[in-house]
Amino acid sequence: MTGPILSVHGLKVHFDIRVGGILAGRYQPLKAVDGVSFELQPGETLGIVGESGCGKSTLGRAVLQLIPPTDGKVVWLGEDLAHLNAEALRAKRQEMQIIFQDPLASLNPRMTIGEIISEPLRTFEPGIGKAAMKARVKDMMAKVGLLPQMINRYPHEFSGGQCQRIGIARAMVLGPKLIICDEPVSALDVSIQAQIINLLMRLQQEFGLSLLFISHDLSVVRHISHRIMVLYLGKIMEIADRASIYAAPRHPYTRALISAVPIPDPDKERNKRRVVLQGDLPSPMAPPSGCVFRTRCPKASELCAKETPPLEEDGSGDSHLIACHHWRE
Amino acid sequence: MIHTTASADAMAGMEELEGRSLWQDARIRLFRNKAAVVSMVVLGIIAVMAVLAPYLSPHPYDEVYWERIQMGPDFENAHWFGTDGNGRDLFVRTLYGARVSLMVGILATTVSLIIGVTYGAVAGYVGGRVDNLMMRFVDVMYSLPFMFFVILLMVIFGRNIFLIFIALGAVEWLTMARIVRGQTLSVKRKEFIEAAHAGGVSSVKIIFRHIIPNVLGPVIVYMTLTIPQVILTESFISFLGLGVQEPLTSWGVLISEGARVMEQSPWMLMFPALFLAVTLFAFNFIGDGLRDALDPKDR
Repeated sequence: MTGPILSVHGLKVHFDIRVGGILAGRYQPLKAVDGVSFELQPGETLGIVGESGCGKSTLGRAVLQLIPPTDGKVVWLGEDLAHLNAEALRAKRQEMQIIFQDPLASLNPRMTIGEIISEPLRTFEPGIGKAAMKARVKDMMAKVGLLPQMINRYPHEFSGGQCQRIGIARAMVLGPKLIICDEPVSALDVSIQAQIINLLMRLQQEFGLSLLFISHDLSVVRHISHRIMVLYLGKIMEIADRASIYAAPRHPYTRALISAVPIPDPDKERNKRRVVLQGDLPSPMAPPSGCVFRTRCPKASELCAKETPPLEEDGSGDSHLIACHHWRE
Repeated sequence: MIHTTASADAMAGMEELEGRSLWQDARIRLFRNKAAVVSMVVLGIIAVMAVLAPYLSPHPYDEVYWERIQMGPDFENAHWFGTDGNGRDLFVRTLYGARVSLMVGILATTVSLIIGVTYGAVAGYVGGRVDNLMMRFVDVMYSLPFMFFVILLMVIFGRNIFLIFIALGAVEWLTMARIVRGQTLSVKRKEFIEAAHAGGVSSVKIIFRHIIPNVLGPVIVYMTLTIPQVILTESFISFLGLGVQEPLTSWGVLISEGARVMEQSPWMLMFPALFLAVTLFAFNFIGDGLRDALDPKDR
């Protein structure tokens, strides 16, 4: 199979937010994700980076239809998920799973590890039988690096890294094709982060998984991703292969992000050129006209205020896409 | 040699814990709680005495002894708690009162628990317009005067002790529903609910498997507060002549009678009040124990 496993076309998620007083109140859309398109190949990892509030997590949830998209298509293996009825969508859920940022909060504190990991099995394979289910759960626990003897313990008895492994085991137990990782390592220690990242990469190799890896840590994304997408205020700024984006970031925003990554060498770190952005993220309720990044962009011109830059190829032929009027400069 | 034993010990320490459900776990932890166990025993004794009341005393509960009116405890005639203002044996009347009071307390609370928890969890989980509609209905019910409601039921269905259960249950679940709805709102945004949703678990199962077990703590505390409240409300209704009718009695009725004559014959207040107090204490300790037992973090 050579086609993409997942393709997203012009995905929009707008939330209606009530503004104003009790009487004169009206609803105004908050554009959390505004026209995002991308494709994901089998076995590929797409890293999604951006500041807080740029719509990374919303995008991940909209792909899974956990948040209903306002507009656009999410095509999963040739089927548009938005047009499936509830039952058909439920059946699709065994093929795509999610792991969360807060490892402990994503586990029901009143269930044992065995119950948590086996819940998808109970849902999708109700006739499986207790012994078979237990065997599957233990097998999965071993695969994610948990001792199978711990099957009857409760989540609070585990450390953050172990809880994240439990979350991964739950996501993996049905053998999904896609896992959306919503900042899976942000809440963990650096040493544990490496373990979890390597575990995800190993599972990807073993099962041919596709990953949508959401993070704000560029070093982590660089390690795990094949391609990287940079989001700003719900819009794609740049999307390219890992090597290409780190070697030659085109978009001013991507440049600023990459220059902010600390280098683990004090001399280099001291002498490197930093692109410091001015100001704060504008309110997504009232995004700037034209290019959403122009208010903080060092290259902004009048054109940027008038016209929204299209997402275009940089001409190198490796599908490096940029949304900027001035990327050539 | 030393090595092998050490690793064997390590292996023994790594043995799988026995698989237990939340309820089995809770039972074990509850039985480890001494106050709760003592309370359960005390409640059990009171309940058994209430059931066996006719066999524990030589006197029937409605027999009037004209020669022994409002008399203190008298062991010669087997009036262990004395007699009331109509010359009836107080011991057997207290035990008959226990039947009514315990039944009202437990049944009405159970009714309010089942309705309130389900209603509140559904309203909180579904949210939006459904939530608004359901909670406004609760508000309307709240604003209905309770006595009006009871009198209405009496007029329609006639005087019947089971109407008390219905009336009390129908009123008590309102607060429970509000508490559960609030708790549900705070639980439903947690990531494990989202994970269950992403795992294709149906909404009904999410409510019963994930939400309700996680709101049990406040529910049980409120339940232990509801039982005494219900018992006392029942005595109020009976006092107005709408509840239990003479010669049948309840603790509430006995206490209100005793309170009127507490200066001349304190035993008429003391004994029923003692039973009520002990029962309420026991329910509170059991509630406390249950709350701790149902929380896996508390070992």
